Parts: sequence; structure tokens; C-alpha cells
Amino acid sequence: MPRLTVDDLKKIKEDYKSTLALREGGYRAKITVHMGTCGIAAGARKVMEALLDELNKNNVKDVIATTSGCAGLCSKEPMATVEIINEAPVKYVYLNDDKMRKIFKEHVMSGKAVEDYALVIGSETAY
Amino acid sequence: MERYRASVMLCGGTGCIAGGSLKVKNALDEEIKNRGLENEINAVLTGCNGFCAQGPVMTVYPDDIFYEKVTVKDIPVIVEEHFIKGKPVERLMYKEPFKKQTIPLMRDIPFFSLQVLRALRNKGLVDPEKIEEYIARDGYQAAAKALTEITPEQIINEVKKSGLRGRGGAGFPTGLKWEFCSKVKGDQKYILCNGDEGDPGAFMDRSIMEADPHVVLEGMIIGAKAIGANKGYIYVRAEYPLAVHRLQLAINQAKEYGLLGENILGAGFNLDIEIYQGAGAFVCGEETALMRSIEGKRGMPRPRPPFPAQKGLWDKPTVLNNVETYANIPQIILNGSEWYKSLGTEKSTGTKVFALSGAINNIGLIEVPMGIPLRKIIFDIGGGIPKGRKFKAVQLGGPSGGCIPEHLLDTPVTYEDIVQTGAIVGSGGMVVMNDLNCMVSVAKFFLEFTAEESCGKCPPCRIGTTVMLDMLTNITKGRGKEGDMELLQDMSRDIIATSLCGLGQTAPNPVLTTIKHFRDEYESHIKEGWCKTGVCKDLCTFYIDEKKCKACGVCKRVCPENAISGKKKVPHRIKQELCIQCRSCYEACKFDSVKIGPRSMREKLMEKTDQEALKEIQITAMAGKEE
Repeated sequence: MPRLTVDDLKKIKEDYKSTLALREGGYRAKITVHMGTCGIAAGARKVMEALLDELNKNNVKDVIATTSGCAGLCSKEPMATVEIINEAPVKYVYLNDDKMRKIFKEHVMSGKAVEDYALVIGSETAY
Repeated sequence: MERYRASVMLCGGTGCIAGGSLKVKNALDEEIKNRGLENEINAVLTGCNGFCAQGPVMTVYPDDIFYEKVTVKDIPVIVEEHFIKGKPVERLMYKEPFKKQTIPLMRDIPFFSLQVLRALRNKGLVDPEKIEEYIARDGYQAAAKALTEITPEQIINEVKKSGLRGRGGAGFPTGLKWEFCSKVKGDQKYILCNGDEGDPGAFMDRSIMEADPHVVLEGMIIGAKAIGANKGYIYVRAEYPLAVHRLQLAINQAKEYGLLGENILGAGFNLDIEIYQGAGAFVCGEETALMRSIEGKRGMPRPRPPFPAQKGLWDKPTVLNNVETYANIPQIILNGSEWYKSLGTEKSTGTKVFALSGAINNIGLIEVPMGIPLRKIIFDIGGGIPKGRKFKAVQLGGPSGGCIPEHLLDTPVTYEDIVQTGAIVGSGGMVVMNDLNCMVSVAKFFLEFTAEESCGKCPPCRIGTTVMLDMLTNITKGRGKEGDMELLQDMSRDIIATSLCGLGQTAPNPVLTTIKHFRDEYESHIKEGWCKTGVCKDLCTFYIDEKKCKACGVCKRVCPENAISGKKKVPHRIKQELCIQCRSCYEACKFDSVKIGPRSMREKLMEKTDQEALKEIQITAMAGKEE
């Protein structure tokens, strides 16, 4: 490792931003892939892999991917919820890896929800 | 950079490692690999999370789910249920002790939510063995600012204005210390870090060194720039192997990255830092003794002046600060003195780290704003006293501090207010005592410590503490005399006035404060031969109040000497000839029927052969006497 300059410090900080965003909060958007038994059986793992792949390829630092349990609509799995901070969450249904990639590009990166795949806008009231 | 969907921060502080967290980490790594999740889940071993009582502890981000007492057996369940199915495992979550309520999120647990983290801002959030993660949390930005943007005068000014006071215990303003040293002319100056934490029950500095070693180095770089030093030592006791290991790793990484050594960050400033391991003598926490120890001599204090700022290590101008003090410096330089002063009181600014231990539910490490009342620390953050026991006192400042009783619990924690009670803020050890503690024995315990740790240079300290210890031992053995308390107080004043260093000057504090606040306990020991808590074995008699006894047999089962007799539905009795005053029956009894009487009662109970006859009359009379 070469000796660092002040600019290198900033670069390292930037590189690690995504790792830290996961722990600290401070992310712009959160994508939850619902991975209950039903979701996994319907192929949620592929959806998750596609999502992580997109995040890596596009080098996005301020978006996090996470999982949750069954969303309660087992017949419409795989499902994912995209939450852009300060906007209503959008639930997507009947996903596959290609659809996830499209949602990532259009909704997460460009801010336009993919209406064709969306079930509802909004979420149940959480406890 | 690999992208993960979850970070698992498993505590790798000394407490949790003792609880088995290294094995848990191995099991976790293996399970994650077996389930093919190694590219999705990032498992990190962090420094001390602070919630040592519940260790090994683990936090899962981004969900912020907190798991406690995690064992190897729990790992497959966590991975399967939480990481794969997204269903956090409720069984392992924190439970509120009084309401029996489960609190899943770390930020909702009062122990965490009531704290303000500055010195500990990276605890549990970074891998202490990875410099990149420290840098990602703004690490070395303050050093960069200090080396390239501002002058040493500006550094000193900022630290002075922040009001930061030495966190080692004495509370001397850090900025002032740096200013003195910066004004002294000298070809060679030293910057030292005091990691010789020796108070019983204190582990603040160890935890910082283990959880965030780079912050100590960064604080030292800034201090070195301010005073113009190019050589530094971190004095750590050898009993802190993990702290030594992680500090050494941090130093190596910093050197590799050009953050230590020559021409740091290309700014033309040089600083070399070495670790010096101490052999664990308490007196070496005193600054002049510490310096002698680094010089390779026997650790003994010397008179001041000259102060170390003029003549310190090898007679060169030296600044010595505590670990926690350095941990505050980078944030002050980055955010400014006004930000730092926004917490705390006028004369005690910022936050302070405390180590909670003793009879308290949430044993662990906390950081709170200065000025917070003791009661809030003990009952809200600390979770109160376990097993429904009653609070009796809290010992602040270790063997140099004093005991604070219940009626002073609303005292705000500031340097000025705590001194009023007779204790000191000290380095931050807080030992909580409940109604099972005998305050005379507590004073004796601390004096045993200081008498043994006295370096022997000054007779008042060397001989005085030993004589005082003898007197306290006599009192606890039933050989106390009228006037002992006054003599103890007299000697205390003399030792304080005539000792050279902080060890002797503060050693009598536990005795003085216990006499001041718990005089009645000393009196009952001396005059009545009665240790009402049953700690002093020679000053108590255990007996059963037959009216209250439900004959449940619990005391009979816990008695190691089979001294308790009694059948079902027949009130139990303690055979005095066999009783060894271990107090097991007293602690086990749920009906408050085991009583502690004065020693004189023992003979009376033994004399009578016909137990039946004596009981009713004698015992009820004695029971009436108890508080």
C-alpha cells in the first residue's frame, strides 16, 4: 500500500461508504426483498442476486439491499419493496431477475416507479 | 468493494471473548459459507459494544436487531431464520428486566438510547483491525486538518476553548497542558498516552484501545503536532493483551499508510509511536512514575515542579494524556470547540465514559453527557439493582474515590459536584453496591489495594495505609475500639497532606467517605459487635425467625455445612456450632425469615440445650432490635 495523501483518505472513505451506510443508516433508498419460505420457493434468491449485482456494477453507495420475511401475499411472490427516503414505498410482485434489474434502473436510479410490476404504493401501518 | 445486504457486528471485546464470542464468530463464518451467503452477509468482530452483562452480543444491520447471550448453538438458527427467511429470532433479543418485554431494536434499548457517543463513536460499528473502516468513519481527517490546514496555536486554542479536561481522573484542562509544553523550547519533546488503567472495576481505556485503536493514534498525532513532539509512547499494562495486540496492529497499518513515521500525509511532519508495556503497578498510572517506568527504572513518583511539560521523560518536555482524552481530540478538531461544549456543563464539558460494575443489571461501558444525575445512570441506563435488592452506595473513582449514598444520587456528574460528596469522577469506574455490602469491608477492600500498591517512597503512604488497614481489619474482626473512627479520620488527613503523589493523597478517600455517609455501620461494628449485612463473619449470628419461616427447605438445601435442621411444616433452625456464616441461607430465603443478629447472640443460642423453650422469648426480642 502506498503512503496516503489527504485525498486518498477521502477516496477510502468513499469506497467504504456502502459498507458503512448499512450500519449507520444515512442511505437514500432501501430495497427489501421478501424472503419468506414462499418467496424463496418462488425464486427470491435470484432476485436478490440480481439486485446485489446491479448495486455492485453501478457502484451505488447510498442504496442498501435487505431482506424481510413473508410479506403476506404468498401467491404473488417473489416480491420486493422499494423505499426511497421521503417517498411512499412501492411494492412489486411476480418478480424475476430481469424485472428486478429494470426496477433498479428506472425506479431506484431514475426515480420513476415501474407501474407494470407494481402492486400498490404505500405500506401497511407498521407496529 | 463487495456489496453486502447485511452486516453482523459481533462483539469482540474482552468481556464477550471471555463469554465465547471467538467461537461464535467461527461458527458464524462457517454457517454463512455453508449457506452460500458469504457474498451477502458481512460478519465483523468489533471492539467492546458496551453491553458486557449480556455478552456475547451481536447487532445485525441494517435491521438494527440486537441479540444477546449468543452461543454457537444459536448460530444455525440465526442464519436460517433471520438471514435467510428474514425473521429475527425473538428468543435471543433483549428483554426488559422489570416488564419482561422483548425489545428487538438496538436503538430502543434504554441502555443504548440514553447514551451519547463521542469518544466511543466507533464502538461496535467498525472492525478495529481494519484501518479502512476507521478512515471511512472520518478517521484521520482531523489529523489531516491539523497537519495541513491549521497551526499548532490554532489546535491548542480549539482544545482550550472546548473545555476538555483530562479524563484520567484529575481533570486538568488538556489545552492548558499542551500550551505549557508548546511554549517550552527543546530539541526533543515526547507525547505519551496513559493506558495504565488500574482501578478495580474500570475498563474504559481498555475498551477504547480494543474497539478503536486508531482514534488513540490520531489524537496523539494531533497532540504531537500541537507541542512539536516527534516521538510518542503508549504505556499499556501487559494485562491488556488484546489492547496491546490491536494497538500494535493499528500502529503497523498506520505506518504502512504513511500516517505515522516520516512525512505524514505528505505534510512534512514526523511522528513515531511505540507501545511500552507496563508490569501492572498501580502507581505507574501516576505521570512521573509512568515516565520513570518507560525510562527503564523502578516506577516511583518524583516531586513536581518541574512539571513534565518542562522536564518529563528523560528530562525532556513531555505531555501525557489519558486514552479517553485522546479519543475526544479528533472530534474537537473536526467539529470545533462550540460543538464539543454543546454538551455538559460550563466547567465540565462534553461527555464521559463510565464502566458500570457491581450490583447493577446492565454491567458494561457507557458514555453520557457530563452533568447527568447519578440516579439516571444507575437506574435508567444501568437498569437498576438486580434481584429486587436495595441500592446502598456507588463507588466512583476506584481506590482514589469515595462512596456516594442514596440521598446524594441526584448529584450531577461533573468534576465540581462529585468532589462535594467526597468522591471524585476519577477515570470513570462506577461500582454499585446493594444492601448486602458492608461498607466497612468495602473501605477495607480499597485500602488493601492501595496499601499493597503503594510504591513505598513516602512513609505516610507506605506506613499510614498499612496502619489504617490494620485498624479496619480489627473493626471487622470485632476488635474495634471507641475512638477508632476519629483516629482513622485523623490519619487520613495526615496521609493526604503529606504524600507526594496522587496515590497517597487519595488513598484514604474510601475510608473518609464511608465514615461520613455510613457512620452507623462503623458504630454497630465497634459498639455492638454487629455487622448487620452479615459480611464480617466474626460479627454476626444467623438465625431463623420461626414465625416467618414457611419451612420450604430452600435454606436447608443451600447450606454447605448441613447446619440447618427441620422437616416439612416444622420451622427450620440453624445449628450455631456448625454455621460458618456464609450467608447462603440469608440470600436464598424468599420469606425474609433468616435474620442476622449480633455476635453475642451466638453464645446465647448455643448455651441453651432446650431449643424449644428459648426460641419464642429470645429470638423475638432480638428480632425487634433489628432495623
